[in-house]
Amino acid sequence: MTGILAQLSGALASGRVEIVDLTHRLTPDFPVMVLPPEFGQCAPFRKTEVSAYDHRGPAWRWNEITMNEHTGTHFDAPSHWITGRDVPDGATDSIPVRNFVGPVVVIDFTAEAAADEDALLEVAHIQAWEDLHGRIPADCWVFLRTDWSKRQGAAYLNLREDGAHSPGPSPEAIRFLVEERDIRGFGTETVGTDAGQAGHLDPPYPAHATLHGAGRYGLQCMCDLDRLPATGAVLLAAPLKIENGSGSPLRVLALVEKEG
Amino acid sequence: MTAPAPYDGVVVTAPFTAPYTRFSPHPAQYWLGSALRGSLKAAGLTPRDIDGLTVSSFTLFPDTAPGLADHLGLELRWLETVTVGGACGVVALRRAARAVQTGEAGIVACIAGDANEIDSFRRLLQSFSRFAMDASYPYGAGGPNAVFALLTDHYMRKFGATREDFGRIATAQRANARRNPQALLRGALGLDDYLGARMISDPLCLFDCVMPCAGAEAFLVMSEDRARSLRLPHARIRATIERHNAFPDDPAQYRGGWAGDAPGMWDTAGIGPGDIDLLQTYDDYPVICAMQAEDLGFCSKGEGARFLASRDMTIDGDFPHNSSGGQLSAGQAGAAGGFLGLTEAIRQVTATAGPTQVAKAARALVSGFGMVNYDRGICSAAAIIEGESA
Amino acid sequence: MTEPLQPPPKKNPLKRTRVPVSPPGTRSRAATALAVMAAEGRFALQHCADCGRIQYPPRDLCRACLSGALQWRDTDPMGQLVAETAIRATPDTHFRDRLPIRIGTVLLDAGPSLICRLHGDVSGDDRVRVINRIDAAGQAILLALPLKEVPHMQDDPALRALSCDPRHRRVLITDARAPEAPALARALLKAGASRVFLGLPEAWKPFPARSELEDIGNCSIMPLDVTDIDSVRELAAGIGGKTDILINNARFIRPGGALARPDTIFARQELDTGCLGLMRLAQTFGRAMAARGEDGVNNATAWVNILPIGALVPQPGFGLSSATGAAALAISHGMRADMRGSGVRVMNLYTGPMDDEWHQELPPPKVTPSALARAIVSALIAGQEEATAGEIARDLHARWRDDPALAIREALAK
Repeated sequence: MTGILAQLSGALASGRVEIVDLTHRLTPDFPVMVLPPEFGQCAPFRKTEVSAYDHRGPAWRWNEITMNEHTGTHFDAPSHWITGRDVPDGATDSIPVRNFVGPVVVIDFTAEAAADEDALLEVAHIQAWEDLHGRIPADCWVFLRTDWSKRQGAAYLNLREDGAHSPGPSPEAIRFLVEERDIRGFGTETVGTDAGQAGHLDPPYPAHATLHGAGRYGLQCMCDLDRLPATGAVLLAAPLKIENGSGSPLRVLALVEKEG
Repeated sequence: MTAPAPYDGVVVTAPFTAPYTRFSPHPAQYWLGSALRGSLKAAGLTPRDIDGLTVSSFTLFPDTAPGLADHLGLELRWLETVTVGGACGVVALRRAARAVQTGEAGIVACIAGDANEIDSFRRLLQSFSRFAMDASYPYGAGGPNAVFALLTDHYMRKFGATREDFGRIATAQRANARRNPQALLRGALGLDDYLGARMISDPLCLFDCVMPCAGAEAFLVMSEDRARSLRLPHARIRATIERHNAFPDDPAQYRGGWAGDAPGMWDTAGIGPGDIDLLQTYDDYPVICAMQAEDLGFCSKGEGARFLASRDMTIDGDFPHNSSGGQLSAGQAGAAGGFLGLTEAIRQVTATAGPTQVAKAARALVSGFGMVNYDRGICSAAAIIEGESA
Repeated sequence: MTEPLQPPPKKNPLKRTRVPVSPPGTRSRAATALAVMAAEGRFALQHCADCGRIQYPPRDLCRACLSGALQWRDTDPMGQLVAETAIRATPDTHFRDRLPIRIGTVLLDAGPSLICRLHGDVSGDDRVRVINRIDAAGQAILLALPLKEVPHMQDDPALRALSCDPRHRRVLITDARAPEAPALARALLKAGASRVFLGLPEAWKPFPARSELEDIGNCSIMPLDVTDIDSVRELAAGIGGKTDILINNARFIRPGGALARPDTIFARQELDTGCLGLMRLAQTFGRAMAARGEDGVNNATAWVNILPIGALVPQPGFGLSSATGAAALAISHGMRADMRGSGVRVMNLYTGPMDDEWHQELPPPKVTPSALARAIVSALIAGQEEATAGEIARDLHARWRDDPALAIREALAK
């Protein structure tokens, strides 16, 4: 039992390494991104029974499903955003698969998000986190934990007449993460990687614009980020191999080493 | 209008009634054939002896008259379908008499009858006619009961007739039926029974309505010479009338085609109502008997119900009427109902009616009425026949 | 005197729900044309174009001059009762459960006399007004009403059976978010509906009208998204057995036709909501309602599909809505056939442009929420299967009835 993978298998078997599921269940009533109605919309998840051991198929059950590439817990490829349209290997089928497995750090932003629905992660927050946990390594996923996934119903999108209200990174913070820390991707519990009011920032939707323009990835609509350590977890996040896809619903898993 | 030619040299004979039953598994072909067999037997003839046939039936489908001829093994040179409902007896007689008179046929058998299985009456009502299907059956599916209830109500409003008047018609016929062993309804019926009976379609009660049943009737039409050579009791035809769709603009029916045609019939016959020994009206409902009494000239318009009620309509009475009990007591075997008055009248004027025989009945007036296409009967017909004693 | 209709008692769970039995439904082609008039709530008879003679029962040729030019025209419905009866025996199963059936002969001032059903307050030699209504078989039935309004007139059993009166009935409005939902709920409750259910799609979005609806009273807002079969099924499991009238107002509207966009996303959403949504409702609520067509005072009685008039006459600028409406209309007609005989009428209510965000740039007249609500409630009370809301829909519907090909060409030339 000396090989690394053999050791991992052993740790998984013994429970020393736990697999944490960061994925919401795909249901018809899980909220999706809302845009002004004259724009095309993000189709919610829909499931229709094709047969269920009945006259439509006596011995088997299966469903037909429809959704957008950005429905439910999902992955944003660089080509999702206009800034990333010319990024090499920027679609779901061309991203090198090595990028689907890697380290993740978690910035706890719950207090700020609880205090202010529109709280923006600033560079100072990141630096404070680094003071505690060390410098964010390069080519690492950064997750913003807000406990937003614990919100139910209308409180999740938190839509008002002036749009959605939810936390996210400031333009400076996301630029800092991409340019100064060279992160692989940015992940959130909210419906997007950007804050609810990010359309009013400069640039608008800085997380999308900056991350994807630099060929980095996004993960959103995740849950249970509170079960991850600040550092040390390994993320498994592989989107469906959709031809020239801009993103994909997926199962997001993290390997977490237990204390002791 | 030219007066019609007389029916010289033609007679009607060999009446036969195939005993009615309330419900029967037998189809119409069985009933029609049975009546034919009975009539031929009475005449001492075989099927080969007839060369003409009239057929009246509502339930022969999918057969028509040629199919029936095939079924019964008849070779014919003259074949007629007479689908005028309650007028079919007189109308068949008219057609057959002229065929024999002109030599187009030698002996014509006239047959009418229908099957009655459980639920077949409902199916018959449903598709009785296009107007019935479109505009009367969907209004409660009361069938003829409902239509005649409307006519009766209208008649009572217009002329002041009462249920008692109609009750006397029904009870007198029941008294006659009690002497007819073949009548389906033979229990005693008094006016109180009538008035106390359950309503079927106001103002019609149970005893105003005929009972649908299975059965058939037949008679033969041939030359007088032929009848004599066969030694058959027979009746001559003095005059007949027929009309369809008279007075279509009357808001509700209170008269039939007879109202216009009866004077001409009496002229042709050279006699009047007082010369009639026996009246056989079409009695699907008492109100129609009253209308016929009026329209045929026995009393004035509106007086029919009171007129009949004031007379003794029984076999031994002063105005014998529907001596076999009529359809009200004998039963209505579909198209056979259009024959029943005529076959009974032939028996009466040939003194072969047996238990229902009216004394000295030499001359009878038979009237028919049929086809409630929508809200009224369309067909009316009448014939005066007389026996050798007349 | 018509007895006022009493609110139904709670359902006895030990008793079998009566199985709907259709009244006689077979008619000739000409009589079926009378049903076309009845569906629109019109008392119309055939008039001979050559001699003017008015015909009844419906014919193929004029009874006065044998002309084949018989035209259906609105006709003076006044007349006089000349005979009446109460049918107390019938071989027909449908009528047997409803005895006695009162019918009469009415001599119309316009000429013909006709057999018709009688309202309980009509008798003797009354002057009457004859109405032409669709029955549970989808065929025309004539009914004579008293000339003047009498107390509780609508509660007469014969008249109620020929209407879809909301009184004492429970109504589902499938889209609580539609702008007309509050007006519709208010109008139905005012007409005597005992409860209004409103389906709320996407509960995760804000719903500002909630408090307005809750303030009306007797309104229940329940999750329902017609694009999600699980959601439809779940609500049907809850209230399918107590939905007596269903008003399907769920729609997704985007302007434009086939060439407006390089994709079919909006088209699919329109169809998914307006057409497949209708199918999902039909497969769940439709089946439940069809089984309750004879369930007493508050039997299931009507299914209303709100359709754009473009369903009949395609509207330039709203090609997708017109296509969706046309597809939904075809489904609706199919439902009519499927539910025929159950007692549940399937009503197509065609609207002109609504006074909403999607028709903002169009000139008036537009259909306001309260006008739509009024049109629906009056069509329900009149038992109509075809009705319009707003002047534009009425105008286009009339043009379509007159000459469909011309109406379409005319509309597209605008």
